[in-house]
Amino acid sequence: MTSETGIGARVKRKEDQRFLTGTGRYVDDLPLARATYAYFLRSPHAHARIKSIDVSAAKASPGVVEIFTGKDVADAKVGGLICGWVVKDKHGQPHKSPPHPVMAVDTVRYVGDSVAMIIANSYDEAKDAAEAIKIDYEVLPANVDLAKALAAGAPQIHAEAPGNLIYDWELGVKADVDAAFAKAAHVTKLDLVNNRLIPNAMEPRAAAAEYDKGTGQYTLWSTSQNPHVLRLILSAFVLGIPEHKLRVVAPDVGGGFGSKIFCYADETMVCWAASRVGRPIKWTAERSESFQTDCHGRDHVTHAELALDKDGKFLALRVETIANMGAYLSTFSTAVPTYLYATLLAGQYTTPLIYANVKAALTNTAPVDAYRGAGRPEATFVIESIVSKAAMEMKIDPAELRRKNFIPSTAFPYQTPVALQYDSGNYPPIIDEAIKIADYKGFEGRRAEAKSRGKLRGIGFSSYIEACGLGPSQVIGQLGGGVGQWESAQIKFNPTGNVQVLTGSHSHGQGHETTFAQLVSDRLGVPIDQIEVVHGDTATTPFGMGTYGSRSLAVGGSAIMKAADKVIAKGKRIAAHLMEASVADVVFEGGTFKVAGTDKAVPLGAAVFAAYVPHNYPLAELEPGMDENAFYDPSNFVYPAGTQICEVEVDPDTGEVEIVSFTAVDDFGNIINPMIVEGQVHGGIVQGVGQALMENAVYDEATGQLVSGSYMDYTMPRADDVPSFKVGYKVTPCPHNPLGVKGCGEAGAIAAPAAVMNAVHDALAPVGVGHVPMPATPLNVWQAIHGAAK
Amino acid sequence: MTINVAMTVNGKAVSGKVEARTLLVQFLREHLGMTGTHVGCDTSQCGACVVHVDGKSIKSCTLLAVQAEGTKVLTIEGVAESAEKLHPMQEAFRENHALQCGFCTPGMVMSAIDMVKRHNYQLDETTVRRELEGNLCRCTGYHNIVKAILAAAPAMKSAGV
Repeated sequence: MTSETGIGARVKRKEDQRFLTGTGRYVDDLPLARATYAYFLRSPHAHARIKSIDVSAAKASPGVVEIFTGKDVADAKVGGLICGWVVKDKHGQPHKSPPHPVMAVDTVRYVGDSVAMIIANSYDEAKDAAEAIKIDYEVLPANVDLAKALAAGAPQIHAEAPGNLIYDWELGVKADVDAAFAKAAHVTKLDLVNNRLIPNAMEPRAAAAEYDKGTGQYTLWSTSQNPHVLRLILSAFVLGIPEHKLRVVAPDVGGGFGSKIFCYADETMVCWAASRVGRPIKWTAERSESFQTDCHGRDHVTHAELALDKDGKFLALRVETIANMGAYLSTFSTAVPTYLYATLLAGQYTTPLIYANVKAALTNTAPVDAYRGAGRPEATFVIESIVSKAAMEMKIDPAELRRKNFIPSTAFPYQTPVALQYDSGNYPPIIDEAIKIADYKGFEGRRAEAKSRGKLRGIGFSSYIEACGLGPSQVIGQLGGGVGQWESAQIKFNPTGNVQVLTGSHSHGQGHETTFAQLVSDRLGVPIDQIEVVHGDTATTPFGMGTYGSRSLAVGGSAIMKAADKVIAKGKRIAAHLMEASVADVVFEGGTFKVAGTDKAVPLGAAVFAAYVPHNYPLAELEPGMDENAFYDPSNFVYPAGTQICEVEVDPDTGEVEIVSFTAVDDFGNIINPMIVEGQVHGGIVQGVGQALMENAVYDEATGQLVSGSYMDYTMPRADDVPSFKVGYKVTPCPHNPLGVKGCGEAGAIAAPAAVMNAVHDALAPVGVGHVPMPATPLNVWQAIHGAAK
Repeated sequence: MTINVAMTVNGKAVSGKVEARTLLVQFLREHLGMTGTHVGCDTSQCGACVVHVDGKSIKSCTLLAVQAEGTKVLTIEGVAESAEKLHPMQEAFRENHALQCGFCTPGMVMSAIDMVKRHNYQLDETTVRRELEGNLCRCTGYHNIVKAILAAAPAMKSAGV
């Protein structure tokens, strides 16, 4: 029916009107009468003991309303922030769990750790007053180098985690893997650093809160990807405000990429302080605070080895990784380098034996947690780097080596040796299509032509798999996850026939207001402009888990479809009554209930009206109203997969890398809105390219200062750093969700770093360069070339 | 100490009392309640705050409110002819899916309009990418923003804006 607005159509986004006219409403935009403004004074040291804090002069500063320090918060018995995923180490012991106070009491552990909250009549006054706070620090030695964090003698960060070790975890049987290596014809070895990234959503984190003394109700507006989860954590673990007395609203949110999943100290403090100050409080991070305190991403040091037989068949993979946790464990930090990383190490391949050992380490740096892809980009970088290196060493075409080891399409569902069971996939046609689009055959000609211009041209492959749309909840629970992984939906018809779709997912750029409306329009035949998608407010939407891990369509969309089915089921019974027919004879087509073989018909809108004005209605057997709820718990993860091909030219004189062509072919299952999906792919690729060529969070080893703490120092990809992209699709529908969809939000960022780095290595191989560290900045590339020339 | 400032914003005369240190973007957002113009950084790098002052695109976080005294300021709220009739650049952004979270969008649109005019409605991809140097977007990967600006240039010319 609604082919122009239904499933598969490139429907223009409903949310764009407000964003294009400056009428979006982000947290900092909220007008709150009598608002006060908060500023957090943060530690300038990576590691120090607080000997004393004197706020007396600051309290007398103009406009100051209140100042809180860590002692005030501790005296008020505010709970610490939690890590919600218990990972058991290789001896079956739960991970070490050092406390994470919302404000430092006697020790600061990274540059940015907050030590005082100043609340004033204006933001400038709060900031001015902060300068009058006197803190006597005893500076302690800092530990910011991940590779040395677990070494004997490294500065200890928490007494609860001796040796800075959070866990020593493993997956797979080491002895079996070692035995396979002993028989291998070829072993490829690789040392990799997965560089640390800072998410940099364009809207800085922000929070605003107000307390209603009359009702005891708190309202917290927060830049959150999952307002219900935030409320649950604040209520049950941190602030003790009963859940029904706390409303969390995440209005328009300007990007998240994982960094807005977590429960942060700042929003906790804003909420807590609102009732003590008795006026609303607003806080918005400055960009430097975002750099210092948003959870960072990646940051692994890895040694990997791949065993192959003489024909290039993978026999076994062995991986040792140290993962940085930062100074405190953030909300989901422990799961990222374990269940979201090691379980992905099979990639698209039949590698029969895999062993992974992961040690999670504390350092005096900002907490590290999920960032776009979360664990899966790190796994893909390991696999796809080592596969390309093996191809180079064994002189096998990199596409051919991948094809030789792909899981065959007939093998699904496919049980990997690292716990996951892939539900569906067909990898060879994907790489074939990518090769066609990228004109791989013509590459050597282009390499020769580039050489004539003095440029080194290279091509790189990356064939990724992602496990996303996490679930089922039971499995997540067995793995230590502290929450369910279902999603909720409510389809609420109004008597006049228009619809509100309430979802527990949250959109911060993904376009749910359009995609979800397409689903409902397609299924129920309601015009898309009569459908409003509502999200982000715990007071109006059903409890839901929010948006992260490419889960919104696969899990949230499936919940909407379930609710739509309930609407149809109820509508059939109403229509049967109105048409004096048997329910079994009623069919629903194009928004209308019909009795097959007759001309009897009742439009859905008429059934809805009858449900609200039940004058002719089967009240004895059916409740009035049309308002259906559904909760969907997935039976498995979804497994999108794809191949990216990147082509670069390196200027050997400057070390500069230019991406000259970039192709991505993905299998996301069925696609609801190709325009939105392509946008997700483009954005993901550029984040991956950013990691590969530019972005790097650097802490000074001696002082623990964040050196890359502004846009002057942390290189964000800009428009002239990247080309336009060539994208293509193959479709293998997901067999276990009602829409046949797989997630698409993280794919680009997962695959791109390996594609780019493999291209760089391919370009530099002719001049004898074996390895360039990521990011392949002009400096790193130039040094690799000139080091190799020596 | 406060200072009186007066200027024209989106065709309307406005005035207010500001501190000497008040930035133009703070005046727009906090004094006038015009929150369409965003602040994404503190080093004049991201471009989320771009507005037009006397017809030229500027970063409103880099100008003091008092420096804008007597000028004509155009913000994202004043770009469309009406709610129904968007500016061709806004229309092109929507048509080409050149925005996702929407946070950088106001600055992008303001920079893009100025860019098209400065290049006399004649742009190619390389020029657009170079010209976008002052605007960061973390969502779109720029692909569709570039496409939108290239599509908007002839549309602006034929619309005479």
